[in-house]
Amino acid sequence: MTFFLQLMVSGFALGMVYTLIAIGFVIILKCSKAFNIAQGHFVMIGGYLGFTFLVTFHLPVWLSLLAAVGVAIILGLIIERFTLRPLVGQPVLAVIMMTIALSVVFEGLATLIWGGEYKTYHGVLPTITLKVGELSIPPETLIGVMVSIIVVIILMLFFRYTRSGLAMMATAEDEQVVQSAGIKVTTVYALSWVIACIVGVIGGIILGGVSGVMIPLANVGMKAFAVVLLGGVNSIGGAIVAGIMLGVLENVAAGYLDPLLPGGGLANVFPFVVMIIVLTFKPYGLFGLVEIERI
Amino acid sequence: MGLPSGTFNQGYAQDMAIFRTRTQWVMLLAFLALLFACPLFFGDRILTVLTIIGISVISVHGLNILTGYCNQISMGHAGFMAVGAYASALLTAKLGFSFWAALPCAALAAGIVGIIFGLPSLRIKGFYLIMATVAAHFIIIWVILQLYGVTGGADGMAVPRPEIGSFVFKSKSSYFYLVMIIACLATYLAKNIVRTRAGRAFIAIRDNELAAEVMGVNLWIYKLQAFFIGCVFAGVAGSLLVHYVAFATVDQFPFMNSVWYLGMLIVGGMGSTAGAIFGAVSLKLLDELVTIVGPILAAAVSPQAASSLGLIMRGLVILLFLIFEPRGLAHRWQMVKSYYRLWPFSH
Repeated sequence: MTFFLQLMVSGFALGMVYTLIAIGFVIILKCSKAFNIAQGHFVMIGGYLGFTFLVTFHLPVWLSLLAAVGVAIILGLIIERFTLRPLVGQPVLAVIMMTIALSVVFEGLATLIWGGEYKTYHGVLPTITLKVGELSIPPETLIGVMVSIIVVIILMLFFRYTRSGLAMMATAEDEQVVQSAGIKVTTVYALSWVIACIVGVIGGIILGGVSGVMIPLANVGMKAFAVVLLGGVNSIGGAIVAGIMLGVLENVAAGYLDPLLPGGGLANVFPFVVMIIVLTFKPYGLFGLVEIERI
Repeated sequence: MGLPSGTFNQGYAQDMAIFRTRTQWVMLLAFLALLFACPLFFGDRILTVLTIIGISVISVHGLNILTGYCNQISMGHAGFMAVGAYASALLTAKLGFSFWAALPCAALAAGIVGIIFGLPSLRIKGFYLIMATVAAHFIIIWVILQLYGVTGGADGMAVPRPEIGSFVFKSKSSYFYLVMIIACLATYLAKNIVRTRAGRAFIAIRDNELAAEVMGVNLWIYKLQAFFIGCVFAGVAGSLLVHYVAFATVDQFPFMNSVWYLGMLIVGGMGSTAGAIFGAVSLKLLDELVTIVGPILAAAVSPQAASSLGLIMRGLVILLFLIFEPRGLAHRWQMVKSYYRLWPFSH
């Protein structure tokens, strides 16, 4: 029983980070109808940025977080202006291939700048130790969960109460109406990429603190896609529910089934199995909007 | 459409002909003669590159029918190649089939797996389908790794070279001929499949799925057919690849290759047989360039720069093509041809 609960708790923590990454994806998709495959690579870059600021430059945690967010803002603006804006109006595949090309370039840059090596900054981030009965909650995960929850709450407030947040929500609804109401859609696009970048980078710093950074960290993006598909691609609430569900399911399934399978590694393929099942039986996810098409 | 001045079509057959004038036939025969004369001029190094290009061309033809003509975007093409590769490897190495019997079986196996993973395409499209095929890739590779007793898992397995009677395709040049003959056949098939009833149905589905359905195109049958055909090509390519290397591992089919095949399609031009060839040839040559420049860069700048060069080059090529030449090299080739034909007038 303790084993099960332990798996549940660490799965929940993992799920919160998935949620954080998935939200970045959903924001871009809602506002600019672009599927961002490179979201996982923002995470990887974030992890490496965390390493650079925390270990190489020895900055305090709050300053390195600020610096990483600053880099993320610049990155988001550059990406939107120079690669995605020329593709407005192009078919889905063009936009997706563009973000894939971006992800490949990011991998190349990570190799160029950080050597693509395994970097870790274990113990640099502040930790909180918590023990409930027999359950021990790993300290780094707890801080990760807290940061994730804070970011998610900030985002939700941003979308509900600020002017630009409301503009983004409106753009997601109907671009043409929004333009006639005097909202600049290009600014909204840029803002959505910036937010996605920031969210990805923060997720990267958290994950980097837990398990270290290397290029395969970008694969976490793949898991975020499973979360997004399960929750419904244009629902932030769906991303939260699905993120936690998937994190818990993955951990429990891997914990019980991995010893039975010769090759192991179920945790890596599990999101894809979920993906195929969701896509076959409930293509728009749990909370997604069903698109109705006309000729 | 692109015919020299004074050439008029006087019937359906002439109108439909791929090679309409004598010049076109002469060019085709000259190209084939030059292609098959390659082993006379080139050493093993270049023949290896050409053989790999031939295998990629076969694979990209399949992806072109599936993605370029039917708009069912597949990002699991390397996974389907792995199915064909392992089917062929198991039949020849473990069950003692000859290569010539194993090749069609491998193609069929890949096609059937393609149909299975194509099933979601009946309900989803665009990004959702991409994710389903990505999932297909990872699930296929995982299953291959799990079947340790049969496939050798991560260790891989040795595969014999093909043979006819006592003649073994051991030398580079003999395998080059084998691959090129199959690549030419594949090109012939790919060009003609899209001119059949099924091909026209694919194009209708690509242009507007709902409209096609209203017109009486059976989406269920034709989408799965597109998956089957696309994956059969992939299966043949995968089989040829492992028999060439004489060894089968999952490392030969990384996920990046699945993405890279789509990249070839974009660089070459979607929905054009010539585009598939242009894309496969140009990007494989780019890879070669990277392998040549890499060591020089490593010595001159740093080893990191060399290892990142390949990735950055690949990404940038797709990125720049998407922004500046979204219709690919095939479109550019058409423009060059029409410019040449109309010179000195502009249109």
